[in-house]
Amino acid sequence: MTTAIELADSVRRGETTATTLTEGSLAAIAAGNGALNAFLHVDVDGALSAAARVDRAVANGEDPGPLAGVPIALKDNLCTRGVPTTAASRILEGWRPPYTATVVDRLLGAGAIPVGKTNLDEFAMGSSTENSAFGPTRNPHDHARVPGGSSGGSAAAVASGMVPIGLGSDTGGSIRQPAALCGVVGVKPTYGMVSRYGLIAFASSLDQIGPLTRSVADAAVCLEVIAGHDPRDSTSLQEPAPSLVASLHDGVEGRTVALVRELLDGAAPDVEAAVNASAAVLRDAGATVIEISIPELRLGLSAYYLIAPAEASSNLARYDGVRYGLRVDADDLTMMNVATRTKGFGDEVKRRIMLGTYALSAGYYDAYYGRAQRVRTLLSRAFAGAYGRADLLVGATAPTTAFELGAKTTDPMAMYLSDVYTIPSNLSGDPAITVPFGSGADGLPLGVQLLGPARSERLVFAAAQVLEEGAPR
Amino acid sequence: MTSLSREDVAHVAKLARLALSDEDLERYTDQLRAVLDHARDLEAFDFESTAPTAHPFAAAAYLREDVVVEGLDRDEVLNQAPAVEDDRFCVPQIIGDAP
Repeated sequence: MTTAIELADSVRRGETTATTLTEGSLAAIAAGNGALNAFLHVDVDGALSAAARVDRAVANGEDPGPLAGVPIALKDNLCTRGVPTTAASRILEGWRPPYTATVVDRLLGAGAIPVGKTNLDEFAMGSSTENSAFGPTRNPHDHARVPGGSSGGSAAAVASGMVPIGLGSDTGGSIRQPAALCGVVGVKPTYGMVSRYGLIAFASSLDQIGPLTRSVADAAVCLEVIAGHDPRDSTSLQEPAPSLVASLHDGVEGRTVALVRELLDGAAPDVEAAVNASAAVLRDAGATVIEISIPELRLGLSAYYLIAPAEASSNLARYDGVRYGLRVDADDLTMMNVATRTKGFGDEVKRRIMLGTYALSAGYYDAYYGRAQRVRTLLSRAFAGAYGRADLLVGATAPTTAFELGAKTTDPMAMYLSDVYTIPSNLSGDPAITVPFGSGADGLPLGVQLLGPARSERLVFAAAQVLEEGAPR
Repeated sequence: MTSLSREDVAHVAKLARLALSDEDLERYTDQLRAVLDHARDLEAFDFESTAPTAHPFAAAAYLREDVVVEGLDRDEVLNQAPAVEDDRFCVPQIIGDAP
């Protein structure tokens, strides 16, 4: 399939038009979305008028930008002014945000064409996109299986060829795990590298927006566009976007890469074999590969499932039926709040709100939330120790290939374990990328994860490029 | 850490403004207990000497230049509200006689 970079180049050279590419993407969505349910809303008019603007710029001899005419899918927890934004929740059904997320503005500024909003687990809480109020998304490689989650809609849209780039958000693996399960590249940037302004908050100290793409180079271009300081997000790093494309082919010669035992514990044999094969690719490219153990990573899952729900319970208090979204009428204010939230939120969201409320409540705060925050410190220190010995870490992205729909819906703990390898990077704030690396015993795609210290995106992308070139065909 | 009871779940549901049926309560208690039981692995570590982390990169608060910037359009915002009266969000009566 053609990459986003190639498409943008052909638009800039006048060999094709943004309108042609956009019409092609809209046609692919119209043909495929009935089976996949990747998109919740397709913005035909908005996409075609954005494409016309790009085509006019080209005709006027202006440069429309590095993503000229490239159709892009936006996870539906990214606000788009005047365009429905639901976070896959009934509580926001019909809402049209009065503002646009910074990342979307930056994509438009780079010539990209947002074509629609993709499905997700409600409020990004889940690992399979089955928790959507608007029905599950299906894996393009096998419709009986999940695409992963929570950015499953964007992953499926990219993997099926509807769009070359999708944006997702990653709180505990929600970009990387679906990317791995759908066979595409997925990036969780350093916390603060990408503005969260206009991202519907789940767990604010963990959430980060990033790209899902068909190539490492496309992810690099997209991240260059969306990264960089934004005065509207107080947690955004006060530094410009890193240059990633220029150093993409720097390789890994002379670097040390550590295979982390805890990022393979419990992985299926085919996943483990792929990770070992990826280490061999890095070794062949001139890296020194060592094996290490970081026992603290085993505590990540427990710490995450206290911290993320705690932050969520606070963030989701705003859905009270007063200012926007659903209201279920009742005789007094409190009863209205209760009726609205009870009807508007799905099962998993209620579960996490209650878990978080409990972890923060009087008498339990120190035992649960306080303890989890201390584990977060331990984990960051352990990562720092590992980066004293290695430049990069490598491991699995998810324990298995895509599982069947319904396989884990009645057992939340089993579902949560899907994120065991991705969660530590969110707790530490460090960047990580998943690269497709062959397929499992069942023929479904699987991914290998590379992790680096904060702000090491250049190195992470250069190593990811090596893996992409060395991946089994 | 203690084991989560049905009464605990009923209490947090009330705090979180959620209504649960008896059946919901039963199911959520079992499911939340499983998560909290998994979190018992945190008890094995010594934490007293470790400071908590609330945010990955604790930085000084960012201050922007003190210049006027445009806010959201009032009509556009109010247009999204379930009920509006005199350019204000309208809610059911809070004080006094209920309707």
